[in-house]
Amino acid sequence: MLIEQYLPIAILLAIAIVLSLIVVFISRIMGPFRPTAKKLSPYESGMTPMGPAVRRFPVKFYLVAVLFILFDVEVIFLLPYSILVQDLGVYGLITVSIFLTVLTIGFIYEWKKGALEWE
Amino acid sequence: MSDFVIFLIDALVKSLIIVVSLLTGFAYTTVLERRVIARIQVRIGPNRAGPFGLLQPVSEGLKLFFKEDIVPNEADKVIFTLAPVITAVPALIVLAVVPLGSEVTIPFLNYTTSLGLSDINVGVLYILAVTSISVYGITLAGWASANKYAMLGGLRSAAQMISYELALGVSLLVPVSLAGSLSLGAIINAQDPVWFVFYPIVGQVAAAIFYIAILAETNRAPFDLPEAEQELTAGYHTEYSGMKFAAFFMAEYMKMIAVSAIFASLFLGGYRLFGLEDLLGGWMGPLILAGKVVASLVFMIWLRATLPRFRYDRLMSFGWKVLLPVSLVTLVLTWVVIVLELIPVAL
Repeated sequence: MLIEQYLPIAILLAIAIVLSLIVVFISRIMGPFRPTAKKLSPYESGMTPMGPAVRRFPVKFYLVAVLFILFDVEVIFLLPYSILVQDLGVYGLITVSIFLTVLTIGFIYEWKKGALEWE
Repeated sequence: MSDFVIFLIDALVKSLIIVVSLLTGFAYTTVLERRVIARIQVRIGPNRAGPFGLLQPVSEGLKLFFKEDIVPNEADKVIFTLAPVITAVPALIVLAVVPLGSEVTIPFLNYTTSLGLSDINVGVLYILAVTSISVYGITLAGWASANKYAMLGGLRSAAQMISYELALGVSLLVPVSLAGSLSLGAIINAQDPVWFVFYPIVGQVAAAIFYIAILAETNRAPFDLPEAEQELTAGYHTEYSGMKFAAFFMAEYMKMIAVSAIFASLFLGGYRLFGLEDLLGGWMGPLILAGKVVASLVFMIWLRATLPRFRYDRLMSFGWKVLLPVSLVTLVLTWVVIVLELIPVAL
């Protein structure tokens, strides 16, 4: 039964959310609250920051995210095969090795193109 | 009482037990870490609060309750508050699919139940899905803080966690393939005579890669780049104070406990230990699992005390150029071994 399997997880999720919200708001209720302009400045007690904090960031991070999406989708494709390795036998192994060959060619291309270098 | 009410009470009690044991586990993991690292560095560590310093987490928790909760002026207030919640919730719920023991009968009530909240048939997929949510919490925390260090820490953390998640996902498929199921219960049952870590070559390599990947996922040393204090002050939680900071801290340690339990279930036979789990009417199972989790936690602490931090470019190239190809090769090797029915039973 679906509900028997997932309802307990929903209950745990509800407890976890309530608990985390309590944890996050308890300091506001129990702790002091005396804000001053200096205290609320970014990086208080450190050097005064210059310029805005949220600015353009290196495009490398974006590239990593794109590569991650590509490979993660491929990992998801391998998941159903993993369960049925024994049942599909040699036929399945040949099929999945064709898929993995295409994946490996893409991976080697990325590597040689320098997409994995972090300069 | 109707069956449905009993079912609800059952689920509620189990959920509360999971949450409470994660919270106490978190508190005492911090003490364990400080005491073990102190011993490794030939110090004594915190031993004043209570016997052996056992009340240390209580005193620290109480102190954090009464700290002023500061939200910086330029921060995005809503996301700044939500980010610790988004980080902590996955750490609390990931243990839902891990079986903690076999069936037990509760004395006096004469009620038989299985230990473990819900052994769903897509357990491994659930673990992958839930653990990747915490990336959002950390990235949003870094972004919402409006602080350069936090921003850089959040970005680094996101890049690191998604890079190592690939190796994690691929090495996770080795036990899945060996057991032929995504359910953690079935994976544990498949390890009844021989744990997967004892399968020659594939088992050890997959377990090693999985362990390295979970260290990177939980931002533990030597992969604690997001919090590298020499470069980034405190990384994504630079601007956090009071219990909001504690929520990040809590999430990290609860994730350590949860992934240790998952590692034990995938490679070390979970709650099973040569039939000993049936002692005490089945109540030995959770104790065995706890023993494996503590062993894994001590190993993580030992690694933190031993290894220096990675340099960021090396960390990324290690994930992409070493762990990912090696884990794919291991996975293919596992498939070949299974299809050709070569599975040699170790021991």
